[in-house]
Amino acid sequence: MADLSIEFCGIKSPNPFWLASAPPTDKAYNVVRAFEAGWGGVVWKTLGEDPAAVNVSSRYSAHYGKNREVLGFNNIELITDRSLEINLIEITQVKKDWPDRAMIVSLMLPCEEALWAEILPKVEATGADGIELNFGCPHGMPERGMGAAVGQVPEYVQMVTAWCKKHSKLPVIVKLTPNITDVRAPARAALAGGADAVSLINTINSITHLDLDRMVAFPIVGNASTHGGYCGSAVKPIALNMVAEIARDPLTKDLPISGIGGIGNWRDAAEFIALGAGSVQVCTAAMLHGFRIVEEMKDGLSRWMDEKGYKSIAEFTGKAVPNTTDWKYLDMNYEVIAQIDQDKCIKCGKCYVACEDTSHQSIAQLIDAASGVRTYEVIKSECVGCNLCEITCPVEACITMVPQANGKKYMNWTQDPRNPRAEVVG
Amino acid sequence: MIESLKHLPHASASNSALAEQFTDLAPALTIRQAAIESARCLYCYDAPCTRICPSEIDVASFIRNIHDQNINGAAAGILKQNILGGSCARVCPTEILCEDACVRNHDEEGQPVKIGLLQRHALDNATFKEHPFQRAASTGKKIAVVGAGPAGLSCAHRLAMLGNDVVIFEAREKSGGLNEYGIAKYKLTGDFAQREVDFLLEIGGIEVQHGRILGTNLKLQDLHAQFDAVFLGLGLNASRQLGLTGEDAPGLMAAVEYIADLRQSSDLSALPVPKRAIVIGAGNTAIDMAVQIKRLGAEDVTLVYRRGFESMTATHHEQDIAKANQVRMKTWAAPQEVLLDDAGRVRGMRFEETRLENGKLIGTGAFIEVAADAVFKAIGQSMDGEALKDDLAQQLTRQGDKIFVDQQFRTALVGIYAGGDCVAPGQDLTVQAVQHGKLAAHAIHNDIQSKVEAA
Repeated sequence: MADLSIEFCGIKSPNPFWLASAPPTDKAYNVVRAFEAGWGGVVWKTLGEDPAAVNVSSRYSAHYGKNREVLGFNNIELITDRSLEINLIEITQVKKDWPDRAMIVSLMLPCEEALWAEILPKVEATGADGIELNFGCPHGMPERGMGAAVGQVPEYVQMVTAWCKKHSKLPVIVKLTPNITDVRAPARAALAGGADAVSLINTINSITHLDLDRMVAFPIVGNASTHGGYCGSAVKPIALNMVAEIARDPLTKDLPISGIGGIGNWRDAAEFIALGAGSVQVCTAAMLHGFRIVEEMKDGLSRWMDEKGYKSIAEFTGKAVPNTTDWKYLDMNYEVIAQIDQDKCIKCGKCYVACEDTSHQSIAQLIDAASGVRTYEVIKSECVGCNLCEITCPVEACITMVPQANGKKYMNWTQDPRNPRAEVVG
Repeated sequence: MIESLKHLPHASASNSALAEQFTDLAPALTIRQAAIESARCLYCYDAPCTRICPSEIDVASFIRNIHDQNINGAAAGILKQNILGGSCARVCPTEILCEDACVRNHDEEGQPVKIGLLQRHALDNATFKEHPFQRAASTGKKIAVVGAGPAGLSCAHRLAMLGNDVVIFEAREKSGGLNEYGIAKYKLTGDFAQREVDFLLEIGGIEVQHGRILGTNLKLQDLHAQFDAVFLGLGLNASRQLGLTGEDAPGLMAAVEYIADLRQSSDLSALPVPKRAIVIGAGNTAIDMAVQIKRLGAEDVTLVYRRGFESMTATHHEQDIAKANQVRMKTWAAPQEVLLDDAGRVRGMRFEETRLENGKLIGTGAFIEVAADAVFKAIGQSMDGEALKDDLAQQLTRQGDKIFVDQQFRTALVGIYAGGDCVAPGQDLTVQAVQHGKLAAHAIHNDIQSKVEAA
């Protein structure tokens, strides 16, 4: 059996699955249920200065798929709306009762060193394993100069991180906002400030949908709405890219990453880990299905690792990073061509119309004169290997992209004679 | 009143109990079910379901509209091609048409999208503030349509839409044809057929005259003289005969006549119901008859067919309905003799067992007798010769026992068109009749207009 335990910037956890700082980790009752269900750790919902934040009624909305499955989730909830004291007491008790689980405390305070200096010893006294700095919350708090308002300014990120390192011995994880042009800048700033790790992504500014009768977006508060933070399955591709950007940045490549964003099953987790995450954080999937999902996540990850021969998480952490590169280093001589398995084809015509209308007219529709039956065939000479037909095909493995043995050697764009700015000539 | 069975006892259950037996065989989808089912549609391009639909409904498009909560758009898309889309959604043998062709009906999945039920969902839930189709500017032309069945109604609606005025001449008291008089009661329930006719007529410009019977109080030559064109949507009103002695005996009747009375009956408990019944035939009407008489309380119903299951025109789905209703099916037996009691009433039938030899059906010489108080024949319908006996009508070229038409639904007589079950092409399906009517309307309109332009 594969060993799922991790040590992430000094924090030990029986498995890499942590609950992200969010409603599921708001209080002892929830966190205990999560630990009972088998979660390796939690990032306690963000603490702030007293008096505690006040939340509005109607807080979430969702972007749905075809069958009302939630693809993306949006929230306008603020940080904890309970007093600091109650939170600290509960954290202390839970950590005491569950010593093997990772207990990270999320914090958000104004940019005043004294406030941080005051709260950090209190957090440390709970026995927590580390702190996470919430520099990412995109709604409500930035209007008050906190959350993403800090995360979007690398100088602030570095400054506050440094205060935390100065006033606490706990590992400091800096949670990054995706609402920024280049996520590498705040990651480098966090490193410069002494951060032990970064976690990403926080939620993305979002409006999911509108009530077209009332002409107001969701979630509705009274007669108005506000943008929220987007998370859930839909943000996974954005998060994966940002994790990879930091993992392959020469300046931050050794900085531990806790991967967050749309993780809902073991495969999502394995992908984040393969792109450099040392732990993963989950929120939306738990909010949609309950804490029990960790059972299947652990089981699936463990079985896959066994199958692949990975004995520990560390063995495949970052394994896909070397294969994630800049466009200019891709092989210009690589060729794939679509191939349709006629036995599997159900003749829905989707590949044909997609290619014909919007791509390269590389699929022929052949009509049998007698039966009227349609057959779809790839016109190899026209196919550029774009994958669109494979993507539109509703049948798994019916259309495959077959690499062509063209005998050509690797040549990237910097070497390509067609590149007017080629770095290497001849 | 069903004259031939008046010696039999009435149904033993109460009207309300019997009515329970004739509620929707395939109940409507709920909104949630429709959402799930519509999500299953792959929105195929050049979709097989649409290609096979006799009325050319753009199935992928209307299902996408259902899913996008544009129910009126879905309904309008269906009705544009098939103004009787509501009844077709209920009576179409989708299992051999769109749902058979559905790409999700392939081997690995075997679960076609429920296209028929989705079509019904769209039409049941549409909320049009006015009739969804407007009439074009008046052409000043007037067309006679004979028969207010699916073909005639469809033709009339399209002609009216194109700006023509229409008079429909209908023999029966009500419009709708087989939708009103011939479909199993649990397939087209309540007064749906009449509501659909009312909706169709909302377009305006269509007058319906009832009790007008071609060959009796209506002559084709008069219509031809008085109207700019004539469309014949006569249907097939004669039940085929067994050709046996005793065919007129009390206790033996055509299934379609019983079904018509059943559908029109306001008190099901007043219907005569045999204890034991034989239904002869292998089509959907035979199944409809057998199942309905069973549901009315017949204890023992035997459907007899002279060939095997694989040759039945009733679809597998229909055969399953019969089995689910405990109809016994006896294949490879051909009617030989109607057995009568001392009073000359039906007491059963004698059949000769059959088999195929070199592709020919032959009797084996072995006989069986099946006791029954009533025998219903459902061995097919044919043209009612009485309808077409005036001088002009007799000049209509026939193809087999049906009226010959060309691809534009023109008969051999200029200005006279025909469609639906009374013409040669097709499978005698409601949806096909609707398509015939629609296409014939365009042909009539175009022929008249090209004459106008030429003049």
